[in-house]
Amino acid sequence: MPFSEAAQRELQEIIQRYPDKRSAMLPALAIAQREQGYLTPEAYRWVAEALDTSPTWVASVASFYTMLRKEPAGRYLIQVCTNLSCSLLGAKPLLDHLRQRLGIDVGETTPDGLFTLTTVECLGSCATAPVMQVNDRYYEQLTPERIDEILAGLRREAGTCGDDRTAEGHS
Amino acid sequence: MDKFLLRNVGVPDSHHIEVYLSRGGYESWRRVLTSMQPQAVVDLVKSSGLRGRGGAGFPTGMKWGFVPQGVYPRYLVCNADEGEPGTCKDRVLMENDPHLVLEGIAISSYAIEAHLAFIYVRGEFTLSAERLEAAIAEAHAHGFLGKNILGSGYDLDIVVHRGAGAYICGEETALLTSLEGERGNPRLKPPFPATEGLYRKPTVINNVETLANVPLIVQYGAEWYKSMGTEKSPGIKLFALSGQVKRPGVYELPLGTPLRTLIEEYGGGTLENRPVKAVIPGGSSAPMLTAAHLDTPLDYESIAAAGSMLGSGAVIVIAEGTCIVSVVRRLIEFYAHEDCGQCIPGREGIAWLARILERIEAGQGREEDLDLLLDICDGLSGRSLCPLGDAVVGPVRSSLKHFRDDYLAHIRTGQCVQPVAVTIA
Repeated sequence: MPFSEAAQRELQEIIQRYPDKRSAMLPALAIAQREQGYLTPEAYRWVAEALDTSPTWVASVASFYTMLRKEPAGRYLIQVCTNLSCSLLGAKPLLDHLRQRLGIDVGETTPDGLFTLTTVECLGSCATAPVMQVNDRYYEQLTPERIDEILAGLRREAGTCGDDRTAEGHS
Repeated sequence: MDKFLLRNVGVPDSHHIEVYLSRGGYESWRRVLTSMQPQAVVDLVKSSGLRGRGGAGFPTGMKWGFVPQGVYPRYLVCNADEGEPGTCKDRVLMENDPHLVLEGIAISSYAIEAHLAFIYVRGEFTLSAERLEAAIAEAHAHGFLGKNILGSGYDLDIVVHRGAGAYICGEETALLTSLEGERGNPRLKPPFPATEGLYRKPTVINNVETLANVPLIVQYGAEWYKSMGTEKSPGIKLFALSGQVKRPGVYELPLGTPLRTLIEEYGGGTLENRPVKAVIPGGSSAPMLTAAHLDTPLDYESIAAAGSMLGSGAVIVIAEGTCIVSVVRRLIEFYAHEDCGQCIPGREGIAWLARILERIEAGQGREEDLDLLLDICDGLSGRSLCPLGDAVVGPVRSSLKHFRDDYLAHIRTGQCVQPVAVTIA
């Protein structure tokens, strides 16, 4: 899949913000990931060309950052924080609840491609623990009941092909 | 007490400039531009005693003063890569009061004579980044940013730069490496960023909360700031209270407020009123304290005297009944995951600690392992390329000092004897 004109323009605009175009590396990779869902060799070539560097260098940088995905994920990437503050308030039982509700283990994707379940290190939302992130959104002060509501909401949204972030607004 | 840093939090639409202006916003910026020379701003912040709120507590005005004379361009970088476990205060400011953060950045950039500032926001904080970008657009439209701001002849642009998931990028040299488009590897110091930072130019890196204090100090004065807190730790601080308490939250308090007041009055005490077992007073790297330390004032000196550090002001409360071995293992696995892999003490030492803690928790440890843990800590502390090595040893050493029995119980009985463990895997 080639990169869109809009993505190309967006990247060129972002490059202009920096005294050194190489600084646009992370934004460029974020655009590539948004376009393709995850980072491919094609993405590394695209970024390398825009930033006057090599695809190998871009891949090396990308490998450092956990939010830059090197393989596809489901439509909803569920990331459960398991760091201390969340674990002290029951991250483990919530993770088990998600495993059971989704029928998958951590690191797996549901057969319908809707959900990928992962754990994540501290999301910086410790005072509203336990917390998970679904795509760009935070869900805080979780309980098993709340998780059921969230999953139902996401399933409804997927059924109606709504925008990923309009189901409940920002929390 | 009155709120200053959080004064706009909870006000409807507090992130919009109209609301910010209606509550006195950008008056400090206007005053600075119309009546103060850059050096006067540096002197004001120096005399306020403001210290860095990211964790190190270094005097802010002094940090600004390290920028060498006559070397341009200079950059200001706002460290918004909030990632130290337990810490969630900067996000509150960025989401709810982005203009306060921008006003702080603007005044501080003027003070160090920078014309370009960056906000390095951790990648996960989408809403923070969006609110800051929208606020920057509003500030431009109102003439508070851009060229010839308010007719002063001073130019400033602020760029929001999003990270991509790497705790180590909160370390200031790693942040700069990352901002230059590389793997987020920390750099050896010296040179310090003030002399050789972003693009090898003089760069001041300040935490979000630190910068948010600056408009308040301009508005109310250095004497006002020093009238709160303690002599050596003046002013106000955001404390992120989390863990096993009834009312976790981000609370604004004068420095020097007793730990007990935060936990009991603000946090409502522990869950099920269980006794406090351990408190991590300054983010996950801060050595653990115990119930015996609850009357310690929350200021840099008092917490250090108690054997820990105030750090980012993130207070994590652990109640009786929770297994400390599982807590320490969880933290060390985090550090092992986040280590950059550059230096041998970091790369090998932290992974080694994690393996030993795993086997102790699984009931397969030996008593000699406790000395081995301390031995590895000696090899890490002060010997790693960046402060991560020292961050790791805090929980290990302090837990072995205060909660050795938890370790011995695992080793001697082969199992956990506490009702609650935070083990994930």
